Amino acid sequence: MTKNIMIVGVGGQGTLLASKMLGYVLLKQGYDVKVSEVHGMSQRGGSVVTYVRYGEKVYSPVIDKGEADVIISFEQLEAARWVEFLKKDGVIITNTQKMEPMPVITGAAEYPEGLIEQLTAAGSKVDAKDFLALAEEAGSSKAVNIALMGRFSTYFPDITDEQWQDAIEKNVPAKFLELNRKAFELGRNA
Amino acid sequence: MKELMLGNKAVARGMYEAGCKVISSYPGTPSTEITEEAAKYDEIYCEWAPNEKVALEAAHGATLGGVRAACAMKHVGLNVAADPLFTISYQGLNAGLVICVADDPGMHSSQNEQDSRHYAFAAKVPMLEPADSEESRLFVKEAYEISEKYNTPVFIKMCTRVAHSQSVVCPEERVEPAQVPYVKDPTKVMMTKNSRDAHVRVEQRTLDLIQYAETSGINRIEECAEGSLVNGKKIGVITSSTSYQYTKEVFGDKVSVLKLGMVYPLPEKLIKDFAEGKDEIYVIEELDPIIENHCKQLGIQVHGKDTFPICGEFSQNLIKKCMGMEEPEYTTIDAQIPGRPPVMCAGCPHRGIFYILHKKKIMVYGDIGCYTLGAVAPLNAMDLNVCMGASCSGLHGFNKAMGEAGESNSVGVIGDSTFMHSGMTGITDISYNMSNSTVIILDNSITGMTGHQQNPTTGKNLRGEPAGKVDLEALCRALGFNRVRVVDPYDLAAVETAVTEELAAKEPSIIISRRPCVMIKGTVHKPAIAINQDKCKGCKACMQIGCPAISFKDKKAHIDPTLCIGCEVCKQMCRFDAIGM
Repeated sequence: MTKNIMIVGVGGQGTLLASKMLGYVLLKQGYDVKVSEVHGMSQRGGSVVTYVRYGEKVYSPVIDKGEADVIISFEQLEAARWVEFLKKDGVIITNTQKMEPMPVITGAAEYPEGLIEQLTAAGSKVDAKDFLALAEEAGSSKAVNIALMGRFSTYFPDITDEQWQDAIEKNVPAKFLELNRKAFELGRNA
Repeated sequence: MKELMLGNKAVARGMYEAGCKVISSYPGTPSTEITEEAAKYDEIYCEWAPNEKVALEAAHGATLGGVRAACAMKHVGLNVAADPLFTISYQGLNAGLVICVADDPGMHSSQNEQDSRHYAFAAKVPMLEPADSEESRLFVKEAYEISEKYNTPVFIKMCTRVAHSQSVVCPEERVEPAQVPYVKDPTKVMMTKNSRDAHVRVEQRTLDLIQYAETSGINRIEECAEGSLVNGKKIGVITSSTSYQYTKEVFGDKVSVLKLGMVYPLPEKLIKDFAEGKDEIYVIEELDPIIENHCKQLGIQVHGKDTFPICGEFSQNLIKKCMGMEEPEYTTIDAQIPGRPPVMCAGCPHRGIFYILHKKKIMVYGDIGCYTLGAVAPLNAMDLNVCMGASCSGLHGFNKAMGEAGESNSVGVIGDSTFMHSGMTGITDISYNMSNSTVIILDNSITGMTGHQQNPTTGKNLRGEPAGKVDLEALCRALGFNRVRVVDPYDLAAVETAVTEELAAKEPSIIISRRPCVMIKGTVHKPAIAINQDKCKGCKACMQIGCPAISFKDKKAHIDPTLCIGCEVCKQMCRFDAIGM
């Protein structure tokens, strides 16, 4: 059975590194894996999404509405934007950080209040934490992606800590390795 | 050793393994990474050409010199390269030539949704269409074999979901074909009898390639499990590319599939044999009904665009919906979710120009690049755009129609890379045919939108090494412009003066707005500035420039110090001296 993980956020938040690390670790587990990303225009501060699918044999590179087992969201509004892609019993792991999009900045729209509560009320299992604070505690706000992956790892007990550590080492620059290891640990124990 | 590889990287890997030695391309999403990844192999000379026509001619020239070559482009780039394409198809090669073209169904990063398969039919050039990364690698290698055996360029047709998806690849070693000696051949000059003979040769080649399509295995049949029925019928699906993946995702082995790896020329007997004994045949293909129409020409009844849309991307749910199958349930919430469109970066040098053009209510003929974002709120400073270079020539035509009323209140806006691609001929139309037009070249010293590629104005080559550098001011003067001036887009007063004076001038002018893109590695930024909350009156003047670093809370404007790069454009907007260090 193919499993579906979505990684959503704002262009520039480091979602591509998270998907790269996840793809790496799943391939090492012996799964067939597909990772689908969007490049180009949307990277300029727009809403971004990456699809990660794995299983014995994966065909489609994309995830559709109602198919995601897990949505990893780097920002609250983005978690809400993509909730229709979540399976009925799926999990949303989200950073509680809020980033105002341009229509909110210009006053053309409002940033909705109480999104986490609404997502929970709609029946989704929501795991919301301030992963930005954890990343900063580890030493850099840029490590928010690795902190989120740390949290994600708790839902996949089959993948050992050793395998995650290997994935971090192979996918982050050496000079930031310790910082990212710490961010992963803080996310995992959050 | 298995590895996860982006489709575009797998194309580059295929070129490497096939012994390709020269690649000339122009960047364009979703094709750019092909050339960037190929450039990481020392064995392949890679370059960014000024445009796709030049790239294809250069790659073809390399094959005449006896080495395997390639070029890559996005779908609209193939329009630019179409002129050499049709005649290269006639003339032939001296070593293999692969042309990669990447379509963008759904228009994630494009201005139209054209189906490049039409070019294969029109230019009679065979086209292979991989469905994942491993096929991308293997099909490129096969394309070189076809190219040399049949003496034809070969297309590799990608689409966004194949180009920008990673899947499992098993890389192999590189081969090193010997360079083929160049021998002068009078029949290579494409005129009169030579061209007529070449056309006859091309038609025979297509017949030979149909035989290849029938038997080579690049088109394959996957029969359904014994006795499988869908909606009580024995179904056959003819498909290719990413549509094959969606088909398998939805049906597994419940339907028989004819998976076409080669979309031009299409087989005939293979399709007829496949259709035999099926209750219904569906053709599942994105965009135009090309395979469908071929089947109908063969007299086979098929469902295609009567069932599936002609616009946009497909997905597994879309196929389920079109086939009347149940789609998965999903969760919804009531909250109105504001959109998050892409925006110009904090400190983007284009911002000052667009603010002034917006303020002065000038008609702006835009072009293709990051600066197309000048069209969105709150700047709203772009009236229209078409294709690479149209800002110059389109503006000229507009002004020929409008006369003084247009000339005094309109500008064309074009980036440095786009100007080198197709702007030079447009401004020559202005100077030669004398419209009093004003063109602003947004020189940010890079090709921004596609991810920071070098171009002829940057003084560096694809690998970032020193290279020839075009002098934009001298070039514009040489093309007949007396009025060429340079302005710093961070200086709003200077921009306003330049625009006002050049629109008033009674001859055509060029304004070069010069500031490197803030995202270029190594660009030195000034420290972030802040808003003095005591002085801020909450007038929102600073927010008219649409900088993502500025937000409004508790009746005051705030600057996010993690985003601000100290360009000080907002400071010039403030009448209360509230913005500074």
